[in-house]
Amino acid sequence: MESRRSFLKIAGISALGAGMHPTLNAFASGGSDEGSKAVVKRNKEALTAVRWGMVIDTRKFHSEKDLEPIIKACDKIHNIPEFENKDHEIKWIWGEEFKHAFPEKDSEFLPDKVHHISFPVLCNHCENPPCVRACPTKATFKREDGIVLMDFHRCIGCRFCMAACPYGSRSFNFRDPRPFIPEDNKNQEFPTRMKGVVEKCNFCAERLAVGKLPACVEASNGAIAFGDLDDPASDVRKLLSANYTIQRKQALGTEPSVFYIV
Amino acid sequence: MLEFAFKGSNKYYAWIVALLGIIGIGAGFYFWQLVFGLGITGMSRDVSWGFYIAQFTFLVGVAASAVMLVIPYYLHNYKAFGKITVLGEFLAVSSVLMCILFIFVDLGQPMRVLNVILHPTPNSMLFWDMIVLNGYLFLNIIIGWKVLEAERNGVHAPSWVKPLIYLSVPWAVSIHTVTAFLYCGLPGRGFWLTAILAPRFLSSAFAAGPSLLILLCLFVRRISKFDPGREQIQSLSKIVTYAIILNVFFLLCEVFVAVYSNIPEHMDHLKYLFFGLHGHNALVPWMWTSMALMLLAIVLLVIPATRQHEGILTVACLAVFAGTWIDKGLGMIAGGFVPNPLHHVNEYVPTFPEIMIAVGIYATGFLVLTAFYKMAITVKEEVA
Amino acid sequence: MSNNKKIYDKGIVFTGLVIFLALITFPFWYNRGIAAPAPEPELTEKAKAAKECVLPADEMKTGHMQLLNDWRNDVVRNADRMYVNEHGKEFNMSLSNECLDCHSSKEDFCDRCHNYASVKPYCWDCHIDNPKEKM
Repeated sequence: MESRRSFLKIAGISALGAGMHPTLNAFASGGSDEGSKAVVKRNKEALTAVRWGMVIDTRKFHSEKDLEPIIKACDKIHNIPEFENKDHEIKWIWGEEFKHAFPEKDSEFLPDKVHHISFPVLCNHCENPPCVRACPTKATFKREDGIVLMDFHRCIGCRFCMAACPYGSRSFNFRDPRPFIPEDNKNQEFPTRMKGVVEKCNFCAERLAVGKLPACVEASNGAIAFGDLDDPASDVRKLLSANYTIQRKQALGTEPSVFYIV
Repeated sequence: MLEFAFKGSNKYYAWIVALLGIIGIGAGFYFWQLVFGLGITGMSRDVSWGFYIAQFTFLVGVAASAVMLVIPYYLHNYKAFGKITVLGEFLAVSSVLMCILFIFVDLGQPMRVLNVILHPTPNSMLFWDMIVLNGYLFLNIIIGWKVLEAERNGVHAPSWVKPLIYLSVPWAVSIHTVTAFLYCGLPGRGFWLTAILAPRFLSSAFAAGPSLLILLCLFVRRISKFDPGREQIQSLSKIVTYAIILNVFFLLCEVFVAVYSNIPEHMDHLKYLFFGLHGHNALVPWMWTSMALMLLAIVLLVIPATRQHEGILTVACLAVFAGTWIDKGLGMIAGGFVPNPLHHVNEYVPTFPEIMIAVGIYATGFLVLTAFYKMAITVKEEVA
Repeated sequence: MSNNKKIYDKGIVFTGLVIFLALITFPFWYNRGIAAPAPEPELTEKAKAAKECVLPADEMKTGHMQLLNDWRNDVVRNADRMYVNEHGKEFNMSLSNECLDCHSSKEDFCDRCHNYASVKPYCWDCHIDNPKEKM
């Protein structure tokens, strides 16, 4: 079954070249032997969108402390390890000073508050993700709903995506992370990772699939909004039309799906 | 012909055994890396490529330089190079082999490497790099082998070899172009984001490769009855002269654009490499040494009297090789990652196990080079 | 290079061939007569009560790896997490949270056959093998 599927994929690629995901998905749908009526489908309660996006209202953050519960919620749900050695750090969402989060937008004359608070940064789930362009195995790919995901089963650990990402949003498992997941901060229902693969924020794809909002959004006390950028009536679009927002490194043409109200 | 590689003097055997020993040590350290993960290297979240990828980049250049013999001989009918083209091709074979090994040891999940073929992804430069590197490896093995075999038998090489030779010319350019494209197409990495990265890589390649070839020719003349020839060595040295001048010129072009435009994202990396950034300056002495070596080499190579003196030429070639190695094998990759895209400065220094694995790969390359050169030299001595 | 039909160094060549053959067939003659009996995976009460798995037991035995491979592509790459088998029964396509919910003892269920067949699937490097207890 799988070999037939792979054959079709390869045949499809050689016949038509790159960038034909819809056709490939058509071939790849269905899950079981021919003749049986087994079907594979989305959960009924799943949240769906044309393009998921996030608006972070940084006016609601006053110190680094305000970020802590948000980061902790993500770390726990995704079994993020804690390493003594900062070189091996795994980070999905974390805090950065303005000059690091927005290096080309910093100026010494900005309001004091901007220089004092910590800005949450995470994968931007770009509309034109350079990491997806770089990956030699499609282990990182952009889903139909705009989420840039990792397929840990397929990643060969070449770290080309890390070089390609202009936001430093990707982490590599320099060693087996499992022994370093804090005992009191882990989630039995979510897998860990293995050594030698790259990982990053997944916009909580596993939670959207069961009708829940991302963990950071839930833990943010309303400071982070999440919704469909394609839907003019969504929360995120309302916030975007009512406030001036910035994106990280807009000039690079990656079109981040994460917006900041400063 | 392979049997020639198994027959040699005691010194030859001692050299082979020494190389095998070093390969064994490197393999031991690689086994450790396989079990523990890439955490035994000095690489980090910020500097996610290090010594391995830098060596790969440098050696792609050495490999591509075989074309500097092929073009004059086959396209311009410069007969003198006919004697030594096979040395260039076999140098290319061992260099590409080392390149492939360096990429392999850099993988976090090496057992999945065939995913690159199972899920072919033409939008990834790494996919194309796999194709051009493997293609170049086979082209050079086939061409070098068939031409040498024909020479041994006193006949012309089969006619199908000619098209492969012509193909190997653009192919050599392609391996280093694609390798440059790995880096220069990445947004947010100001140091690499330059259209002359591929030309720069090629110029340093055509300096480093032929200078190594000169050193090898001089060595071959000393240890065997085969003389690659004074004219050949002098012609090669002129190629090295042009290439190293071009390389320094390109580098200065980069410096001008980054510094005069004053764009921090491009300038900060050069600042880090040559002056240090926020107190981090591990590479500063290396980079100045590299500059000094390349400038010294230019002086020695430009002046005909010094270039024609083979003792001084040896010094100049060593300077070219070491200078370009520091430039590409140390500065080029680490320099692109420091500072990181968020403008944090986290330095990279390779660890001992990492260096030992690299040394093991170099030993593997030299083992292959030795075997192929032994074959070639024995044939040359036979027909002489 | 020569057309001479004579084999040089006959003794060495044939001794080498014999040693080569002996080495390459080592697993066969070393294990002669000591093959272990095929193990039976042990079902938990919950699995016995459920009677039927995602597919009939025979198909699961021979094809669970292909099924899991398809599942992981469907879940990770296509966001399809619900599997409905031909009897209309629904399954959450999750190794840790669904398969191991019934087959809760990895040692008695998965490992027995995997050890016997000497396969080492790396599923457990990431997927938690007893989600109800400690990691």
